[in-house]
Amino acid sequence: MPKKKPKLAVWKFTSCDGCQLSLLYLEDELLELAECVEIAYFPEASRRRVPGPYDISLVEGSVSLPEHLEQVQRVRRLSKVLIAFGTCATSGGIQALRNFTAVEDYARLVYERPELIPVLAESTPISQHVPVDLELQGCPPNRAQVVAAVAACLHGAPPPRTPASVCLECKRAGHICVLVSRGLPCLGPVTQAGCGALCPGWHRPCYGCFGPKETPKTSSLARWFTERLGAKEAELVRAFRLFYANAPAFRLESEAHEEPPRPG
Amino acid sequence: MKSRRVQVDYLARVEGEARLVLKVRDGRVMVAEFAIFEPPRFFEAFLRGRDFREAPDLTARICGICPVAYQMSAVHALEAALGVEVPRPVRELRRLLYCGEWLASHALHVFFLHAPDFLGLPDALALARQQPDKLRLGQLLKRVGNVVVSRLSGRETHPVNVRVGGFYRAPRREELLPLAEDLKQAMEAAQAALRWVAGFEFPDFAPDYEFVALSHPGEYPMNEGRVASSRGLDIPVTAYEEHFMEEQLPHTHALHSRLKARGAYLVGPLARYNLNFARLSPTAQAAAREAGLTLPETNPFKSILVRAVEMLYAAEEALRLVMAYEEPELPAVAVTPRAAVGMAATEAPRGLLYHRYELDAGGLISAAKIVPPTSQNQKRLEEDLREVAERHLDLPQEELTWRLEQTVRNYDPCISCATHFLRLHMDRG
Repeated sequence: MPKKKPKLAVWKFTSCDGCQLSLLYLEDELLELAECVEIAYFPEASRRRVPGPYDISLVEGSVSLPEHLEQVQRVRRLSKVLIAFGTCATSGGIQALRNFTAVEDYARLVYERPELIPVLAESTPISQHVPVDLELQGCPPNRAQVVAAVAACLHGAPPPRTPASVCLECKRAGHICVLVSRGLPCLGPVTQAGCGALCPGWHRPCYGCFGPKETPKTSSLARWFTERLGAKEAELVRAFRLFYANAPAFRLESEAHEEPPRPG
Repeated sequence: MKSRRVQVDYLARVEGEARLVLKVRDGRVMVAEFAIFEPPRFFEAFLRGRDFREAPDLTARICGICPVAYQMSAVHALEAALGVEVPRPVRELRRLLYCGEWLASHALHVFFLHAPDFLGLPDALALARQQPDKLRLGQLLKRVGNVVVSRLSGRETHPVNVRVGGFYRAPRREELLPLAEDLKQAMEAAQAALRWVAGFEFPDFAPDYEFVALSHPGEYPMNEGRVASSRGLDIPVTAYEEHFMEEQLPHTHALHSRLKARGAYLVGPLARYNLNFARLSPTAQAAAREAGLTLPETNPFKSILVRAVEMLYAAEEALRLVMAYEEPELPAVAVTPRAAVGMAATEAPRGLLYHRYELDAGGLISAAKIVPPTSQNQKRLEEDLREVAERHLDLPQEELTWRLEQTVRNYDPCISCATHFLRLHMDRG
């Protein structure tokens, strides 16, 4: 009897679908992947639904609706290995910008009848609600990393880790430093590697779409931006409050530069 | 006939989360609802207070499938606000970028999301087992589209090179020239794809659509043009909001657009094709006729043919742009912020995409409005569902459900895009 293939499920919470799409963009590897696993649940790609439990779940998107609270528990129960992939699933995503304000204000701004759309006050990462076995940062994560992570799970090996900053990739690529040589506010020194130093290669500063690296020295970078580049406090807030606004390191740094609320 | 209910709780092979509900009483369709329950992300709210230079990176995140469309509408609207004119090579590079996205997005839809419907298959993996050579065509077209986008802009999902005023870095000629071979292959693949899908069986269905698309005197429209319709609308983009409005309905998270004068309308490949057939290349026109497309073509199930025609056109146009490419002296023109309002519409793969921004004197965005193609199509999509259901009430449940799902997938609805919530007139009670 042939060995049963491990079952893979792909789940979506609040997102732009880009991370799931990175799977469909795998081209040749997608068919290879389908050889190694049974794609059992992946609504964006298939009408076919094989019931759980699943050996590996890839989870895209952030928790942002009341019903997500129950759904994320269900996904955890159904999954042996749960991989959160992408900025939304690992930090809350760009939609976590609402975490810095009252969500009602946002809803009122954009809805005629906000009461029809119940949303949670904050947009949060999967790991805030259930244990996550592996997180892959990036908006979107690098496809090769996703494949490597799934492959590692299939072989019971520890997933590959690169605890380095974009700076390291930039030096390896031989790019001219946009921060030092061009005087542009680059988040490369505090941003997790994985994109291959994409932005500096296109002559623009890194905007941090892979999120904070381990132990990032955000305050020293912020000081550089202020002292050497003349950045204003509001610019620092915006720089750290982007796709990884809700990641603790970036969140704290952005809050440190916020105007104190006026009394009364 | 007795009452029945068709409900698809999580519609497959669309981008995002949607539900389909049909209620029938005594042989009449009482309710046909396409409910988008994709969570809101409040883009238009958090764009407020952001620097205008951040808009292309931020709006790209509305959609992982068509980020280029969002970047293009954003930069064009902001340039309109700030009185910026980009030099010709920059304009051509943007058109090339759009060709790449059309190729990749249409290939994804035709092969991965839509074709399985016509073959009675659950997905593209089943297609890969049944007709591997056909899926390979799709893979090739998708890959070439993605390569065009990433060669020009860093990566295919959320490209990093687009800025207001142009690009951060213009690619060198020798970086683009190798694309020529890929694009020639893509043209052949698109022709083969068109021949293949032309052999599908199409339900007989031809609703009375009002088609809406950009229209340009010299080009098949992508980045520029007037807003035109098959019933005589012909307005500059600046007048869009005088003629179109959005409304919030209780059953869906996405706003419904309507023409103020007439109601539902259709945007997307079928609308572009019908309004701009004369602007297609002779190759694409001939291929369309050979595939059995008529003019006007009003069968939405044949939108898969139109997408194949547009893939052929996009590959050919991209090839022309690559061969004619001259590096600009500067990748971008200087942009000075000022208080201003600007709007623009471009042709996303799924249809007209409208953006409007207000800026303060320091270049911070004070208001943003984004109307994606899927919310424009929603009302018309529900009318299609009602009409298809009424014709096929005699079908067994499973077949009727499948046919209705297929009716939705004709639209290639991008639900992540559509879940935006804007209201213009604030009711402060």
